[in-house]
Amino acid sequence: MQDYNVVFSVLTKINALAGGLFILTAFGIIAMRQVLASLNMFIFQSILLAASAFVLGYQHSSIHLFVVVGITIVIKTILIPYLLRRIISKEVYARREISQVLNIPTSLLIAVALVIFAYFISSPLSNVTNDIFVKLNLPIGLAGLFLGGYVVIVRREAVPQVIGILSMENGAFFTGISIAPDLPLIAELTAAFDVLIIALVMGILTRRIHERVGTTEVGKLTSLREE
Amino acid sequence: MELIYIIIIPAVLAGLSLIPAHKKFASIVTILGTLVIFILSLNIAFRAADGMEVVAIKDWISCDSLGALVLLLVAFIGFTAAMISIGYIEKNVEEKNHKKIRHYYAQYNLFLLSMLTVPIISQVALVWIAVELTTLMSVFLVSFKNTPEALEASWKYIVLTCMGAAFALLGIFILCWGISISGNEKFTWAGLIVASTNIPPVLLKTAFVFVLIGFGAKVGLVPLHTWLPDAHSQAPSPVCALLSGIETTTVLYVILRLLPVLRIHPSIGAEMWLIVFGLISVGVAAFLIIQVKDYKRLFAFSTIEHMGIIMVAAGLGDYASHYGATLQIISHAITKSFCFFASGIALLFVGRQDIASVRGLIRTSPIAAIALIIGGLAIAGAPPFAIFLSEIMIIKSGLVNGQYIVTGFLAFFIIIAFCGILFPINRMVFGKPTEYSGKTNLSVTNIFVLIFAALPVILLGFYLPRPLHELLCHAAASLGR
Repeated sequence: MQDYNVVFSVLTKINALAGGLFILTAFGIIAMRQVLASLNMFIFQSILLAASAFVLGYQHSSIHLFVVVGITIVIKTILIPYLLRRIISKEVYARREISQVLNIPTSLLIAVALVIFAYFISSPLSNVTNDIFVKLNLPIGLAGLFLGGYVVIVRREAVPQVIGILSMENGAFFTGISIAPDLPLIAELTAAFDVLIIALVMGILTRRIHERVGTTEVGKLTSLREE
Repeated sequence: MELIYIIIIPAVLAGLSLIPAHKKFASIVTILGTLVIFILSLNIAFRAADGMEVVAIKDWISCDSLGALVLLLVAFIGFTAAMISIGYIEKNVEEKNHKKIRHYYAQYNLFLLSMLTVPIISQVALVWIAVELTTLMSVFLVSFKNTPEALEASWKYIVLTCMGAAFALLGIFILCWGISISGNEKFTWAGLIVASTNIPPVLLKTAFVFVLIGFGAKVGLVPLHTWLPDAHSQAPSPVCALLSGIETTTVLYVILRLLPVLRIHPSIGAEMWLIVFGLISVGVAAFLIIQVKDYKRLFAFSTIEHMGIIMVAAGLGDYASHYGATLQIISHAITKSFCFFASGIALLFVGRQDIASVRGLIRTSPIAAIALIIGGLAIAGAPPFAIFLSEIMIIKSGLVNGQYIVTGFLAFFIIIAFCGILFPINRMVFGKPTEYSGKTNLSVTNIFVLIFAALPVILLGFYLPRPLHELLCHAAASLGR
């Protein structure tokens, strides 16, 4: 019994650490000017997602979550970065993004507000349960979702927008592993596959835009709108 | 068993389309395959009209009346759009570029596959994936023309809908959480309804809001609609018919599926959410229709308007309005796809997409002009077409329920949209004809498909076949509780 408590408290601490760093990487994706740095932040965030899934899998002794750990590592930290680098030319990555819609300090302030909003939304939800992992993962995942969405809105370059969408999915999964560990395995597998297709499709589209329009600043594409 | 064939056939078709055989091979295979799918789904719809649930694999693949309704629409429009593609796509690619045509048909079949799976899968988590795949499979169809505008439209399309999908994913996770709290029900639509009494209302409410916002982006609900007119006007016309006619409807189907689950807790106020979002969409779309300068965008905005009407009807909440909603779903899908066929034919003939450059079409191309007039009248909701009937039904049930303000606004917006659609169409069809350079003559298949697709548009206003009526009744009943 003593052992169990020690293990449990260690697990919660590891999970809390992973959660804290998860939010930090989400802020990092907002703050990084260089495209490649954002991508590295995303890889780091995916590793933290896998770490949290590993802790939860150990706690619930759930095979599903260990599978999630495996596919997250393989797809999000190896395949997707590889694909994005392969499809899109090097020149895009070396670029520093000069013009964001808002400057970075303002962005970070808004991001803090979003995190507070995420805690505000999730507090009635986490009252439903006493599970300490849910209480931790739910608001953090929600914050990850919002911050990813914020990245998509403020960034003008194509690749950071892709990274924003992928980090939104990371946020949703960070919550999902804690609240729905018994999702059917096939759903987990196809969802991971689906993320891969998102990266592939958006990568190819970015390349086509680069070839046809000559820029990857998709925020500047505004020929279609009402007068 | 038919349900499994329905999934397998388009997958096989997608593979067959890639075979570099005769230049017409891919299109003919696709037409035959979609015809088979249409017949199979007719069969399923007949069985669902008797009130049975068609089950292929229990708890995984099954189809009830509401699903059969959507399935039938997807199959029908998939078939007609495949037929109109045959005369349309060849004229939109460079000479001898058969590879691009084959890719078009392969993607067309994959897109159809993803839409066909949405109504027949009963596992909620897999439905999310199917909806996400409808976006991913259609992105390159939207950017088919490979112009800067088409690429811009498809970028906006994928970014906004994928953001929405991530929100919806969280909603689905919360639903799954609710199921696991309440007991051992399976995570299916039926299981959700059974378990809903034991799920804490706060979970249901949050999940519903996330799914509504997330999938609402794909349906074209107003704050998140900006991608829709772009994508629906830049894609080739057969794809527009699929996107506007049924892709929006299949996603709306997923939102409507949650309605009976939420009804157990009246405190959630799901109906109110639907009415408010729906009414805002109808209103904004109605005022945007007035200032549109491109006739494909005109029909795209009308899609937003109709999705809003269906949501308001679903939110009004009694059997009569639900019946109106299902009738509106079917009449909108059939009419809107016809409208895009008609505008596609007009675009083939004229070669330009802005309203101002088209005048007196009735003199130069009577067929395109008549098709546009029929489509415009039908989609605007003029009698004797089916949309008129369903809109009257919805407004009447709104009045019966005592929702005078909602009904008043709805009627007002519908009238604005009515004028907004018919004035430009009138100006395009009548008046002094302009001459066009580089016009193409219409082929026999184009005209045949137009007539074939016009038949249900005209007939549904006068005559609703008995099995279809029963299917609508069952579907309307399943929306309530």
